[in-house]
Amino acid sequence: MKKLFALLLTLAMVLSLAACGGNSGGGSSDGGSGASGAKVIKIGIYEPSSGANGAGGKKEVLGIEYANTQVSTVTIGGEEYSIELVPVDNQSENDKGVSAAQQLVSSGVAVVLGSYGSGVSMAAAPVFEEAKIAAIGCSCTNPGVTLGNPYYFRVCYLDPFQGSVLANLAKDEFGAETAYVFTELGDDYSVGLGEYFTQECDRLGIKVVADQNPQGNTDMSGFVNAAKSAGADVIFAPCSTTVASLLIDQAASAGIPLIAGDTWDDAVILQAASKSGADVYFSTFYDEGASDAAAAFMDGFKAWLNANSDKLSNNGGSDTVSAVSALGYDAYMVAVEAIKAADSADSDAIAQALSGVTYTGVTGDVVFDGEGDVDKNIIFIKGVDTEKGEFYSVKEQGLAQ
Amino acid sequence: MGQVLSTLLPGISVGGQYALIALGYTMVYGILRLINFAHGDIFTVAGFVMFYAVTAMPVQLAIPFTIAITVLLGFTVERLAYKPLRSAPRMSVMISAIGVSYLLQNLMWYITGGQPQQYPVIPWISDSISVFGAETKRVTVITPILTIVLILALVALIKKTRIGMAMRAASRDFETARLMGIKINSVISFTFIIGSFLAAVGSFLFFSNYSTVSPTVGTMPGLKAFVAAVFGGIGSIPGAVVGGFIIGICENIIRGLGYSTFSDAFTFALLIVVLFVKPTGLFGEKLEEKV
Amino acid sequence: METKRDKTIFWGLVLIAAFSVLSLGAEAAAGATGQTLLMTVLKKGTVYALLAVSMNLLNGFTGLFSLGQAGFMLIGAYTYAILTIPVAKRAGVYQYYDGGIVQFSIPEAFSGVLGDLVGGVVGMVVTLVICGLLAAFFGWLIGLPVLRLKSDYLAIATLGFAEIIRTFIQYESFAPLTNGSNTLRQYPTFKHLYPYVIIVGLCILGIVLLVNSTYGRAFKAIRDDEIAAEAMGINLAKHKMLSFIISSFFAGLGGGLLAMYMSSVQAKGFTVAMTYEILLMVVIGGIGSISGSIIASYLFIGCSEWWLRFLDDPGNNPGNLKLLAPGFRMVVFSVFIMIVVLFFRRGLMGEKELPDLLRRKPRKAGKEAAGK
Repeated sequence: MKKLFALLLTLAMVLSLAACGGNSGGGSSDGGSGASGAKVIKIGIYEPSSGANGAGGKKEVLGIEYANTQVSTVTIGGEEYSIELVPVDNQSENDKGVSAAQQLVSSGVAVVLGSYGSGVSMAAAPVFEEAKIAAIGCSCTNPGVTLGNPYYFRVCYLDPFQGSVLANLAKDEFGAETAYVFTELGDDYSVGLGEYFTQECDRLGIKVVADQNPQGNTDMSGFVNAAKSAGADVIFAPCSTTVASLLIDQAASAGIPLIAGDTWDDAVILQAASKSGADVYFSTFYDEGASDAAAAFMDGFKAWLNANSDKLSNNGGSDTVSAVSALGYDAYMVAVEAIKAADSADSDAIAQALSGVTYTGVTGDVVFDGEGDVDKNIIFIKGVDTEKGEFYSVKEQGLAQ
Repeated sequence: MGQVLSTLLPGISVGGQYALIALGYTMVYGILRLINFAHGDIFTVAGFVMFYAVTAMPVQLAIPFTIAITVLLGFTVERLAYKPLRSAPRMSVMISAIGVSYLLQNLMWYITGGQPQQYPVIPWISDSISVFGAETKRVTVITPILTIVLILALVALIKKTRIGMAMRAASRDFETARLMGIKINSVISFTFIIGSFLAAVGSFLFFSNYSTVSPTVGTMPGLKAFVAAVFGGIGSIPGAVVGGFIIGICENIIRGLGYSTFSDAFTFALLIVVLFVKPTGLFGEKLEEKV
Repeated sequence: METKRDKTIFWGLVLIAAFSVLSLGAEAAAGATGQTLLMTVLKKGTVYALLAVSMNLLNGFTGLFSLGQAGFMLIGAYTYAILTIPVAKRAGVYQYYDGGIVQFSIPEAFSGVLGDLVGGVVGMVVTLVICGLLAAFFGWLIGLPVLRLKSDYLAIATLGFAEIIRTFIQYESFAPLTNGSNTLRQYPTFKHLYPYVIIVGLCILGIVLLVNSTYGRAFKAIRDDEIAAEAMGINLAKHKMLSFIISSFFAGLGGGLLAMYMSSVQAKGFTVAMTYEILLMVVIGGIGSISGSIIASYLFIGCSEWWLRFLDDPGNNPGNLKLLAPGFRMVVFSVFIMIVVLFFRRGLMGEKELPDLLRRKPRKAGKEAAGK
């Protein structure tokens, strides 16, 4: 009897929760008219705000939110729709990402932006494809994200390009004969970029010693020692900022310069490198000096950040503009262009229209090829000025094809 | 020399940290026959408490504050989650431990927003020093020394004091000890307090070396420390220490050889080998399973 | 309906059929209202129901406290992915390893003989069975040494083996086979809910029959008192091994289904935490109750994926309270679990099955009621 009572109690609790869940889901999924009577179109944000890439994901979201303040309505079929952002947190984990993506689909978004990190993007790609919703990747650079998926697009360059540019940098700047490649086990972005870097090194005649950091390991001394004893001239470390700050500490004391990919354009790296005096170079998507649009974005974004303390703390407490914010901004603008071009709130129509969209963004021109990638052939190389504690632009590097 | 030392030093250092955590496992197991799966998470909580404490008070105060909170947490966990199950089957207690671990991880995730945090720099012990040409942090050298000192103190406590005697009695025979008038609950609480204290000290050392704290960071060191405890003979204090050092050193040698992928697997392989070759571990006493 | 066994089979099949029809209805309803999260919960819950029941067979019915479930699921998930990725897509998936060394796909092989649709489905089901068999083989291999150990040593040793399996799958030298630590994806999956329901239903029916057979009674005897069971003439080693292998088989098959549900699979995710979650489902449902495990899986997945989501939304905060934030859902959920573990130690169902509670209802009634 007691058992039955407990069971009934549980069921009652579950049902009441189901009612709550149902309500919140139902309320947001009708996608109809807002309070003012204006129509609403939803753009999903599929980004990490927790986990290893949480800090970077938040910055990307900031760029999207800022873009939303610039362009908050879109005209479809002569009617004005206001744009509502629907953020979910993929927790930087592939399995959590799948449910987060399904949550977005369930809330009836017309197009999705994100994510920071290639692994989570690849994990969610089939979900968006099945729901016929276009996703526009912001800073997921692995080729596998868009490959064979007609619904995934992206506004950044790809890892084979980035990897070869960085390998050339290692040779040209450091005269490297041996490079130590440090990647994170189980991270598609990290392993991929490491692989493309290694391929180019083979071509350039740089000897590569490689190792992978197991998940959850925080002891970097072994890797740096191995790099040292291998006589490495540079350490190439495409990894999350979390692991990076540990590595920078160790590499600084060994006196080996570090080269990394786009994830390192982050205030965390600035702090870690300034504190330890490490020699750090990385590639990135955005440079404020590259164009007028880029400069205007930086001024506007900084002003917006400084006006709101919550946003500022999401940006890591400083108003340093990250490249991922610029990419988030561009991805949002491309999505708006696509909605205009489709002249429809239907997700599939928007996806079809996306491939024809052209747009000049703050990170360069966006023109999609058959895979949904953009042909960006300029990479900005930046370094850390440990004296002043700021990033400086080393050069723009393209690749002679 | 420098090369060998730069591989060995981190190994010895991390080994000492494992040893400190392993003591918490081994003492609890010795008395309750419980693998306290939440111990690794208590270690992580200590890391986060320190992280938040330094934002509110000077480091000199933050350290005792962190120790106090950690000890309180260990005590509370035992009272709330293990004590009510004293007469339940062992499996229930172990499940409760897993539940506590799940709860603590989720709680830390919620409070921190799931983002890894930079551990504060503790002055002096985080400074860089040079040992025979090998560049390292001072904490690396301090750890083994501090570990040994703490263990000697612990052994003295167990051998010389009344409460130590009670602990020994409880771990020898739980029921008889109770019949002899030993306040078994306070002995158990005391065990958890010591275990948590050592975990807090371990966390200062560990995170000063590897400066990122995230909600799940304690899982692996926790499991490895448990393996260290089994390796040395569960219930044995010198065993846990020797086990901790051996695992820490081996792990670093494997990394140095370029097989980092296997450094975690090695620990478990070692565990399995020990369980078959000598289930009582290096220093464990032969305990007959009672029917 | 001569014997109890025939009756079980009959009602089991009826229920599976009924729930397959219901799942079609649920899918239509979800499609009409745009509530795709309902389908997420039902699919994932169905897969976890099998995983929880397979763990319950070992932990609840045989009393072997194993924490190796994630390892066997990993074997199943990888086997499924490796054997079913279409040949044309392999170059894209194994992008650093020239398409990998496996250059065939079982569903495609069957498609060649039986036509695209039938062949594809047959191929996928056959692969799932292979997943189970491979996991069972590893179960046997690991069981040889491990099953000699007692309670908590067994737990930690199986946990260790699961970690070792994960390491080997991620090992760079096996990458042409396993794609190293990179994601495996673009393999065929079931788009609808009913195939999951049918496969999981049949597997669970099999476990129910096993539990009610002489083997099942022997398992329970071992759980209740090993020494007494041995005295009664039960071969301890043989029965423990049997239980371990069967549990591994279904864990592997469930892993294959999980891979299908997730549509991409990576070894990184199959950690101890995954095993813990399944264990907690078993505990919530009641250790030793199959219907309990099934109900608990749906409740667990429903709570963690859907019903409690509103707790994560800062927008739902009453007034100026800053309580609701990402992660709060899981805190509430784990507190709830601790309450069950401490105060309802026997879980929802204890060792009873649903038919025992609702006397006059047919066996396993309401098996998936919680999810609907």
